[in-house]
Amino acid sequence: MRIRVDDVSKSYRAGRGRQVDALSGVTFTVEAQELVAVVGPSGCGKSTLLNLLAGLLQPDGGVIDFEGSLRAGRPATAMVFQEFALFPWRTAQANVEFGLEETGVPARERHAIARRFIELTGLGGFETRYPHQLSGGMRQRVGIARALAVDPAVLLMDEPFSALDAQTRQLMQEELLAIWARTRQTILYVTHNIHEAVFMADRVVVLSRRPGRVLEIVPVPLPRPRTEAMLAEPAFLGAVERIWSLIKSQALDALREGAA
Amino acid sequence: MSRPAASARAHLLVRREHPVARIAGLIGLFVLWELLTRTGWVPPLFLPSPLAVLGSGIEMLRSGELITHVVTSLERIALGFGLGALAGIAVGLGVGVFSVLDAIGTPVIAATFPVPKIALLPLLILWLGIGEASKVAVITLGVFFPMAINTYTGVRHADPLLIRAAVSFGAGRWSLIRKVMLPSALPMVFAGLKLGAGTSLLLLVAAEMIAASSGIGFLVLNAQNLMETTKLMVGIVLLSLLGLASHWLLTRLERVAIPWKADA
Repeated sequence: MRIRVDDVSKSYRAGRGRQVDALSGVTFTVEAQELVAVVGPSGCGKSTLLNLLAGLLQPDGGVIDFEGSLRAGRPATAMVFQEFALFPWRTAQANVEFGLEETGVPARERHAIARRFIELTGLGGFETRYPHQLSGGMRQRVGIARALAVDPAVLLMDEPFSALDAQTRQLMQEELLAIWARTRQTILYVTHNIHEAVFMADRVVVLSRRPGRVLEIVPVPLPRPRTEAMLAEPAFLGAVERIWSLIKSQALDALREGAA
Repeated sequence: MSRPAASARAHLLVRREHPVARIAGLIGLFVLWELLTRTGWVPPLFLPSPLAVLGSGIEMLRSGELITHVVTSLERIALGFGLGALAGIAVGLGVGVFSVLDAIGTPVIAATFPVPKIALLPLLILWLGIGEASKVAVITLGVFFPMAINTYTGVRHADPLLIRAAVSFGAGRWSLIRKVMLPSALPMVFAGLKLGAGTSLLLLVAAEMIAASSGIGFLVLNAQNLMETTKLMVGIVLLSLLGLASHWLLTRLERVAIPWKADA
């Protein structure tokens, strides 16, 4: 399955009827089994883009197309949230089963599927824990397992590791890449961290400040599997530098304006 | 220059527990009370000794008098509290979830909530008669409001992120209510139940003092009329035990119903 985002625009009303253009003429594609990252300065409409892809918002203009046939009952997207968004009253296992319940998978099958993704994400032995009994890294594993379990055409990740400490984040990035290598799940990965975007992605979509436009789509010419040693390679640093040069002045503007 | 690792200020950050003092305070109160009555300074008619109250309680238990009053009161409370809690949760949930019901219900609740419920007892007696129904109804009303308001608040304060997550995974309205809003509201529901338990005890006693021939409230008022201060005190002790028991029960129930808060 391939996603085509074609000339998509979206604006919304902020307080006092002020119109804010979040996205303007955004065009890019995510090929099947590809891992594409989206980076941009604060206020580039990253969240709006994800909400549009998840079907939680309607675009004002343009089309978002999921090309290819979708097996019955298989959702187009599933989201991994920055703040995890786990249900505190559900155990890890029950959280992973949530999406399957909503798509009507019978209990026994649900259980088996959830078990598989709990093992895949390294949560084995933590099934009966509640979110508050888990560390940040473990919680996000639950978030990832919950999204993978519904077998979405595209996995949407909204700054999934930005709430974690730096060491955990590095480990989780590598682990996500390992999971991706095994499942070849198509992923759209939104982040504000350029290094993270380059380390993870095949291509990086660079967005401008509000209204978000595509400044450039930067390919990452690094082989897979990615290793920490690559963080010092010219190809890695070159891509990082290219992206930073694209958004630096805009990030400075955002900083001066104090816009979050 | 050296300094001890734990400075003299370190203890300011720790609140110590004093298990002995917790018990000593209670025992001290009873000993003081008993001594005060033994000196004869306070006539037993005004303040009977704790041992006399205990003795009287045991005697009333033997004669069956106590059981009758307690069972009658418990029946009224159980029925009134149960009906009020169920109605309050249902209304609070409905008003919290559906914006139309919110628009209709919130002003109505805001307008009727401040009425002291005991003031409605004469009206309720007029409507429902002097029997059990009016007493149960006044307790139901007293429990209904805190339950409805707390449930409503709990539902409205459900984390928007969790609602967004649920919707993104395909949850419909019914799923949202059952799997997100209701569990979100549970801690507030239990706070409401505890509040309601206190209110229902208050209304029970008031109603039984105004219009009843049995129950703990009647026992207290009747004992006062007959100048039987020890019996009166038995009634008061019973009421405080009932309050303690209901709070304990609800706290236990809360731990079972909200396991994700238990060892936070």
